[in-house]
Amino acid sequence: MNFRLRVWRQPNAKARGKLVDYEARDISPNTSFLEMLDILNDNLLGRGEEPIAFDSDCREGICGVCSLTINGEAHGPDHPGAVCELYMRKFRDGATIIVEPFRVRSFPIIKDLVIDRRALDRIVQAGGFISARAGSAPEANSIPIPKHDADLAMEAAACIGCGACAAACPNGSAMLFTAAKVSHLSLLPQGNPERVARVLKMVQVMDAEGFGNCTNTYECEAVCPAEISASFIAKLNREYARASLRRGAGE
Amino acid sequence: MSESLRNDGRVWVPKRKEDREKAPGEIPETDRDYYLERKYPSYGNLAPRDISSRAAKEVCDEGRGVGPGGRGVYLDFADAIKRLGKNVIRERYGNLFEVYEKITGEDAYKRPMRIYPAVHYTMGGLWVDYNLMSNVPGLFVIGEANFSDHGANRLGASALMQGLGDGYFILPYTLPNYLAGQMGKRPPDDSPEFHKAEAEVRARVKKMLDIDGKRSLDSIHRELGLLLWDKCGMSRHAKGLREALVKIPELRETFWREVRVPGNDEDFNQSLERAGRVADFLEFAELMCTDALARNESCGAHFREEHQTPEGEALRDDEKHAAVFAWEFQGDGQLASPKLHREPLHFETVHLTQRSYK
Amino acid sequence: MIVAITGIILILFVIGHLLGNLQIFLGPDWLNGYSQHLRDLGPLLWLIRIFLLLTVIIHIYVTIHLAIENRRARPEPYIDKQYAKATFASRHMVMSGLIVLAFIVYHLAHFTVRITDARFALLRPDSLGHYDVYSMMVYGFQSYLVSGFYVLGLFLLALHLSHGSSSFFQSLGLNDKKLTPRLAVGGRIFAWLLFAGYTSIPAAVLLGLVKPAQQL
Repeated sequence: MNFRLRVWRQPNAKARGKLVDYEARDISPNTSFLEMLDILNDNLLGRGEEPIAFDSDCREGICGVCSLTINGEAHGPDHPGAVCELYMRKFRDGATIIVEPFRVRSFPIIKDLVIDRRALDRIVQAGGFISARAGSAPEANSIPIPKHDADLAMEAAACIGCGACAAACPNGSAMLFTAAKVSHLSLLPQGNPERVARVLKMVQVMDAEGFGNCTNTYECEAVCPAEISASFIAKLNREYARASLRRGAGE
Repeated sequence: MSESLRNDGRVWVPKRKEDREKAPGEIPETDRDYYLERKYPSYGNLAPRDISSRAAKEVCDEGRGVGPGGRGVYLDFADAIKRLGKNVIRERYGNLFEVYEKITGEDAYKRPMRIYPAVHYTMGGLWVDYNLMSNVPGLFVIGEANFSDHGANRLGASALMQGLGDGYFILPYTLPNYLAGQMGKRPPDDSPEFHKAEAEVRARVKKMLDIDGKRSLDSIHRELGLLLWDKCGMSRHAKGLREALVKIPELRETFWREVRVPGNDEDFNQSLERAGRVADFLEFAELMCTDALARNESCGAHFREEHQTPEGEALRDDEKHAAVFAWEFQGDGQLASPKLHREPLHFETVHLTQRSYK
Repeated sequence: MIVAITGIILILFVIGHLLGNLQIFLGPDWLNGYSQHLRDLGPLLWLIRIFLLLTVIIHIYVTIHLAIENRRARPEPYIDKQYAKATFASRHMVMSGLIVLAFIVYHLAHFTVRITDARFALLRPDSLGHYDVYSMMVYGFQSYLVSGFYVLGLFLLALHLSHGSSSFFQSLGLNDKKLTPRLAVGGRIFAWLLFAGYTSIPAAVLLGLVKPAQQL
């Protein structure tokens, strides 16, 4: 298969970027999108040009490092799934493909398609943990957890922190990410003691990082490679209201 | 794909080489070789990972592998679907079947999956003491990065277990214990040692960028990978390892003479980052082969072809080799080969025996 | 959350206002009586009006503030942007809201302050001595231009509410995985029912189904 690629090139954080056209020729339909970029980079290198910088690591959809907007969709057209799980057979032969980075102010571009997502780390650092010492392993049945809660916590914990939610959101909001991180801990007994402080701090940092606000368009859940439901955002709103009331009541 | 699939899938290849291009449905039962069931009647398709991987490589090396390139064996769910129904299979493995469909564009409910062993983890890791601190004071190594808890097969569960065990139960005690002695101290960043280390790193980076040759990093990385796969992979022998120990230093020389690393060291440079890794891999590959040659026995996933039981099982030499081989870094390249420290293993309650999956 | 609460108040008003207006189909006496009843509330009516005005101001102030933050969150737009799920309505709430605001201003000037149409001053009280709201509405809607703008304003209001009337559940956290899609459909039906209810009045007037109770 042959493709015409229009790829965002930007030498560094301060420089202005632009789309540059490339041809990808004789690509097998079984090639993954990132492998196709590897092949393109090999050709560029052979021609003495600088390869396209893009992030990837595990290439099996679990690390959350790949972060491309392909034809205007975070992680490309094959939802749910990260870019690394996108294969070229999903495109038409001869198609033009536009490749851009995730565009959110809080994710500054480092180079070409590589972005800095430490803003998400700082949200987690604000409260996405349990500070109680675990001690030795307790008897498994000593803390009963309803199956429903365990399942929900597991669903929320599936978040791989890729930032596609903020990238796809018309408002650049990271609510789905924060909601998943808050929910997964607040649903479990171990996370309960710090529940109030956690949601208040994490939301505060999320706002301070300059993410936009949620206007319930649900674009985030449509592109989420881990299929996190936007109902976790409703849960976050609930958690936040509850925590604010408790704080307000002097607790 | 995940190994759990072997719980219900049957592994086979065509009996004859000529059939390997045929569609799987066109090959009748009588012409199929369910080689795991044949070789290991009691465990069959559930034979451990090292055994089944080796067996898959064997049949492919015989020229009976399926799919483009001939590196693949069938993992067939037809019988399981007949026995349990499609819905049960979907419930158990639905997500994996979806992943397979994404990657290959094939429907594994209708057509057997094609699988092949691949390097997933490597056994071993950085040496640590009882407190999980390496021989560099203050450098703690936890989880899979350290050498401590590996069996013959490093499965997902043991990887998780080690990460959780180290992180939850060991580090909270040992790390504060170390830090307690460091209160109020900050390592100085203007000591001669610091400047020396910085100068060394800068010189190494400059050297890489200045080579400006013709070989791409990818081509060297791939050549090294293939060499290790062939000579130091699922099964190895002394002759192959010795060959690898000749070829790796040659490849290292090629790297330092002919590689091309674009960009500079001021901006973000993924090629430079990668070059550093490939340079490390070259050192590390040599160490792996050195270690595999020194361990003159078979032991779990380290399968030396010259050391096997008549059943084809790993044959250990507990007299000589019941020990950890810890190699101390002495500097880059052949000029300084790593120094071996043997830490004998003691088994008090459970004793070493020969395993059998017949 | 503030947007959601003020939004709910305004939605309740829109429902109430529709129920009031639909009384036009019950004849002039009924409608004129109802409007006289509202005016008889006196200070209470003003209290409600001020409350609604404040609600509108807060709703707009907060949303504009949020919209500015949202714009700042993505200073460099995508060159190509496709939406997988976000509806047109949900992405253009500010635009639809601001046009609805312009419509409300005109609407108040038209029917409440009555400064845009000189004929309204000429209307005589009806037989019970009430102001003839019925005829006012009919004369008002007899102009295609006025009715057209009215329908356009309502169209945008319906668009605004097709997202807003289910969205507030999510903002208030009154939502879960099963409820969300149902509420979204419910919200859309609700919004377009409102649209149908409101536009039925100018449509009936223009089709001549409702005639003025007095001649000018």
